[in-house]
Amino acid sequence: MPTKILLTLRVNGEAHEVAVPVHKTLLEVLREDLGLIGTKHGCELGECGTCTVLVDGRPVLSCLALPVELQGSEIVTVEGMAPPGQLHPLQQAFAELGAAQCGYCTPGILVASLALLAERPEPTRDEIRQALAGNLCRCTGYTKILDAVELAALRMAGSPVAKGTP
Amino acid sequence: MSFRVIGKPIPKRDGPEKVTGQLRYLHDLEVPRMVHGKILRARYPHARIIRIDSSKAEKLAGVLGVITGDTVDQHPFGFARDHLALKRGKVRSIRDEVAAVAAETEAIGEEALGLIDVEYEELPGVFDPDAALRPGAPLVHEERETNLLDFRFTFEHGDVGWAFSEADAIVEGTYRLNYVTTACLGTMAAVAAWDAQGRLTMWATTQAPFLFQRDLARALGISGDRIRVIQPPVGGNFGRGLDLYPIDVIAALLARRVRRPVKIVFERMEEFIASPTREPCVITMRTGARNDGTLLAREGRVVIDSGAYVSWGSTTPTVILSTMAGLYRCPNIRFDSTVVYTNNLYSGSMRGYGNPEATFAVESQMDELAERLGMDPLELRRRNANRPGDVTPQGCRITSCALTECLDAARQAILQPLQRAPRAGWKRGVGYAAMFHVGGGARIYRSDGCGAILKLDDFGKLTLLTGASEVGQGSETVLAMVAAEALGIPLERVEVVNHDATVRPWDVGVHASRTTFIAGNAVLLAAAELKQQLLALAAELLDEAVERLELADGFVFVKDAHGRRLPYEKVVRSGHFREGGRILMAEAFYDPPTQMLNKEFRGNISATYGFACQAVLVEVEEATGKVEVLRVASAHDVGRALNPLACEGQVHGGIHMGLGYALTEQLIVRDGYVLNPQFMEYAILHAQDMPEIEVRLIESMDPAGPFGAKGIGEAGAIPVAAAVANAVHDAVGVRIRELPLTPERVYRALRGRSAPSPSSSSPVGERAG
Repeated sequence: MPTKILLTLRVNGEAHEVAVPVHKTLLEVLREDLGLIGTKHGCELGECGTCTVLVDGRPVLSCLALPVELQGSEIVTVEGMAPPGQLHPLQQAFAELGAAQCGYCTPGILVASLALLAERPEPTRDEIRQALAGNLCRCTGYTKILDAVELAALRMAGSPVAKGTP
Repeated sequence: MSFRVIGKPIPKRDGPEKVTGQLRYLHDLEVPRMVHGKILRARYPHARIIRIDSSKAEKLAGVLGVITGDTVDQHPFGFARDHLALKRGKVRSIRDEVAAVAAETEAIGEEALGLIDVEYEELPGVFDPDAALRPGAPLVHEERETNLLDFRFTFEHGDVGWAFSEADAIVEGTYRLNYVTTACLGTMAAVAAWDAQGRLTMWATTQAPFLFQRDLARALGISGDRIRVIQPPVGGNFGRGLDLYPIDVIAALLARRVRRPVKIVFERMEEFIASPTREPCVITMRTGARNDGTLLAREGRVVIDSGAYVSWGSTTPTVILSTMAGLYRCPNIRFDSTVVYTNNLYSGSMRGYGNPEATFAVESQMDELAERLGMDPLELRRRNANRPGDVTPQGCRITSCALTECLDAARQAILQPLQRAPRAGWKRGVGYAAMFHVGGGARIYRSDGCGAILKLDDFGKLTLLTGASEVGQGSETVLAMVAAEALGIPLERVEVVNHDATVRPWDVGVHASRTTFIAGNAVLLAAAELKQQLLALAAELLDEAVERLELADGFVFVKDAHGRRLPYEKVVRSGHFREGGRILMAEAFYDPPTQMLNKEFRGNISATYGFACQAVLVEVEEATGKVEVLRVASAHDVGRALNPLACEGQVHGGIHMGLGYALTEQLIVRDGYVLNPQFMEYAILHAQDMPEIEVRLIESMDPAGPFGAKGIGEAGAIPVAAAVANAVHDAVGVRIRELPLTPERVYRALRGRSAPSPSSSSPVGERAG
């Protein structure tokens, strides 16, 4: 068996100690060691964006990231977007507008959108497309996804009546 | 009629689980003591297997067992019975399964595959139907003595020879369609677990669980009652789950061998190589018309590359014929097909199932015909549009039909002014294509039925057990809406059980855009029965005549005496707590009044038909051949939009898949090898590649549909490619009859253009800017 190392990872605001082989990817550690199954395997080649998480606020493909390099960083997965029992406005908008069909790409797209809105609270539609350029979706044609990010941005900006609400 | 739920944009029921990452997909499933399976595939597309030595792999620490075709008890499957999960004697394609390993971890399994020593004797292969049919060509299945499959789909109606002799204009062409694949974000997976009594539980990617159960039982040589099929949520399917595949059989065989549950999950490259593809085909077609545009005849032939085995791709000529004979009124039809074994990947089913292929040919040719006749392409379509009451040459009875309205709506939407000014060096064009597809089931088996069971419980909750499968498309949401509407119960009090085939009533499977129509009608039948039971019991309790009672919001009301009402739970409880008590439960099976195609390929296979028209606005860069789609307008006859949000979602996703088919997607298979098994090289469209889409849902209120609805699941994907090809022609005057329209292909066509591009055949091309 490969030698394991002891690591401390900060995920969704909590510190976790894990003993893992040094080559185990962040994606595998999140899913297998921390039970955070919201982050998905899509290709393990860095091509589809399904495994996107945030590392210090920036979208990172967890299938290509090694936890050993991420000690001291703040990692956020879809499970950490909102306090338990609550939905982040992005999550709310995605559920409401049908931006998740099969839903497999949704967690990665949600956290990529979260990073976008942190940087640009009122993104244009083209900026949203750009920000999601690394995330593939096979069900929605992206239309409802773009609508949902726009709706969430409007709601977060405090606009009471947002366009695009059903 | 006013509705409480139907027609409202209701979000998907599992939305909150999906956006929080809590939904447990098949990939997330863990069973105690589960081990991981890995599959060794062929090194050559056609070779004899001389010897397999797995002794080194078996000795690797963490390996529990290795199986090969010769060391397991397995039986052929597929409807040509030409397919063993683990191959014996020879491999016929690069995806062929040669051995499988069960190991404690995926990594150990992977390592073990590398330790299996297979000695092959490479054989010459056949990699296209023409080569496969030459005398003396290597045989894919020697025992069959030919590579020609014995399925042949021939059809003739009217007097085709006379009709072509009468025609003022005849156009003909050959249309080539490539391999494409579903490219679901969640790869194929299977988990198999046997219990102490020899019963197998399968968690599978299937979208046809009951047929899967039967086929799997046969492949394993056990009886179907020993198998329990469970369908956890999957990351897409799009037709991928319609057949039984080696992955399922191998998971079960491995689990039986090592006496531990086994999980197999495809890696992405494996998914590109070993999950079903759309069939590659060549369609040769001729259309004739009178000077006024009236269609007289169509004649077509399709050659299908079945690949090494037979799966659904080999039966797509039925759908290709259906569009050739059914899209627009065309009285004289002749059709023939050739289906051929090769050493390529075997063709499966994918959204649209022959129809995007057929529509590409038919609708390209409609534009060619319009040009020949000097007619506006949309006017030619309007003139020949199908209408209510029509019967197609095959005998498809068209009831509700809003094709003309779809044509007009698509034109109206695509002509909206665009903000962006045309760029220098780019030319704009508009193209149209319409669609004819089954919308009320498709009787490809003797039954096209689906069962529904409704149970009202003592908490006032309604549980729907449906045969219909959820593959992300939203069937459970719309079926819950149908049940809620029919029984006057709040939507949040409807539960849908649709994952475990053991408790669900039978269904054919998710295909042919049939679920809303067929399963929805089954729900309505069961609801009518349950409603009677509920009313009868409530009438006793309230001491009123049944006719005086009505249902709404979870209460039985006495008409005109709204003070007098009983909540459902009270009625149900009164049934439980009485002498000779009862429960409130109803079942129904809906099988539409349709016909299977007979030997002459005639029959009304669907209870209603769906129609659509898509219009696309493109810009083509003349210097590079690059095509950019600026806008898609998609108008659909949906009967009634039970859930407009879900309808739009289906159309959007279909357009994404159709645009990929049109512009970028092709699985490149050369000499049997897949050259681009990655997303980097198999280009599904990204967010920036997608145009703005305008969806128009046109309600024709189908007389047989649940609340008037008809199927919509595939429609969005079907006409797009033809519309794009027509738009490119409109923009730069080149007619390309092969997909995808890559810059290279368009550039070459532009270079080969003899004359300067003719003036735009559609006036809107100029104005759309």
